[in-house]
Amino acid sequence: MNKVVKDMREALSGLDYGATVAVGGFFAAGVPRLLLRALIEKEVKGLTLACGSGPLLGAKDELDALVENGQIRKIIDSYGLFRSASRGARHPLEQKVRSGEIEFEVYPMGTLSEKYRMAGAGIPASYIPVGIGSMVEQSVITNIEGKRKEREIRTIDGRTCVLEYALKPDFALVHAYSGDSEGNLRYRKTARNFNHVMAMAARVTVAEVENLAASGDLEPDSVHTPGIFVHRVIPVPRIAFEITNV
Amino acid sequence: MRKYEGLPREIIALRVSKEIEDNSYVNLGIGIPTLVSNWLEGRDVILQSEIGMLKTGSLAEGDAADQDLINASCQPVTEVEGSVYFDICESFAMIRGGHIDVTVMGAFQVNEAGDFASWMNPSRGLNGVGNIGGSMDLASGARKLFIAMEHTTREGTPKLVRELTYPATARKKVHKIFTDLAVLEVVPEGILLRELYPGLRIEDIQSVTEPKLLVAPDLKEIEL
Repeated sequence: MNKVVKDMREALSGLDYGATVAVGGFFAAGVPRLLLRALIEKEVKGLTLACGSGPLLGAKDELDALVENGQIRKIIDSYGLFRSASRGARHPLEQKVRSGEIEFEVYPMGTLSEKYRMAGAGIPASYIPVGIGSMVEQSVITNIEGKRKEREIRTIDGRTCVLEYALKPDFALVHAYSGDSEGNLRYRKTARNFNHVMAMAARVTVAEVENLAASGDLEPDSVHTPGIFVHRVIPVPRIAFEITNV
Repeated sequence: MRKYEGLPREIIALRVSKEIEDNSYVNLGIGIPTLVSNWLEGRDVILQSEIGMLKTGSLAEGDAADQDLINASCQPVTEVEGSVYFDICESFAMIRGGHIDVTVMGAFQVNEAGDFASWMNPSRGLNGVGNIGGSMDLASGARKLFIAMEHTTREGTPKLVRELTYPATARKKVHKIFTDLAVLEVVPEGILLRELYPGLRIEDIQSVTEPKLLVAPDLKEIEL
């Protein structure tokens, strides 16, 4: 099988208006920056960006462009707002979250990672004992009042749990250090983070890989994401970036 | 409201480090908790970082920084002998599954039931959203949860309160609280004052604390 696509256009084909797109990365580490740049160039709008922990804060230039172009309808994240209140207040993202122009949904990070895992593993929902006694127990946490859907609660073995649903993105954009033509992927250090589970979750997973290997060249025992979860592979150069405070 | 001079942030972190036993797996949150790692060198303590790393090394300076190697506060860190990487689901299985011995977090407020608030500052006016990050998972799975924070806000308002006015992160989870002025323990009857900053009296601590403090029979100066 050869999943290597010829260019970014082919990598993002079918990613159209209104798509839910998972974006790998945790702050600055493991963000698919070149796929995000292709998304910006494509000018596709109405996007729901399903994140894990602030990849857009770590790739600030790309965030700025996506917000400025009005491409984002909604963001799902666990830590997607600037840490500094004053910095956040100046940023167009936060202004649009305040005005409701961008919908912003927030989950505990472990719950969010399980939502992707459930989608990849064919589990529609599960009971999770995190967030009990907080706003999480009351409703989905969002800046849009009408979308604060009430939670189903159940006590299991004496622990109160909330019913949490799988989150299945249309596309996942992931970043890997190396990969082969069949989509087997390896990540480097803490750049692995959400990339593996998002690759499992999406209907179409597109992986940008810094080092493209021939099929069979990756050590079978050392593959992190088996190629069955990956549909398109695009080789990209390694780009240096600055790690800035979020 | 009166504001007392107490320990600098680095020294609060030092006091917390004394409370961590050898052979522990520890997760450190953002702020003062991060500074605790500076005092754990040479100790048999393994730091877990929720981004997906066990045995996180010290902060990386200059050329030692690697763009693929950061901690959960987005700071470049180093790898040490025995470091391990893993994906986010495995990381949170460690956290939620009760495998972390000690979690240290910062907070806006803690009350006498051991509830705490850390994830959202309502004054930012963001219509009910904020940054939860891993805080709720960490609190839910923690065997021991320590809070390290200033005793009051910059303006001198108590952060140890009767009722949380900020949205809660978790309820009945805090074990100990380390501030610039005192070391306190959450017990079934309330908050027990165990150690205080040299030169301060019990009533001084009480004057910047909302709930009525219980006082340990062996109350002492903060031990460093």
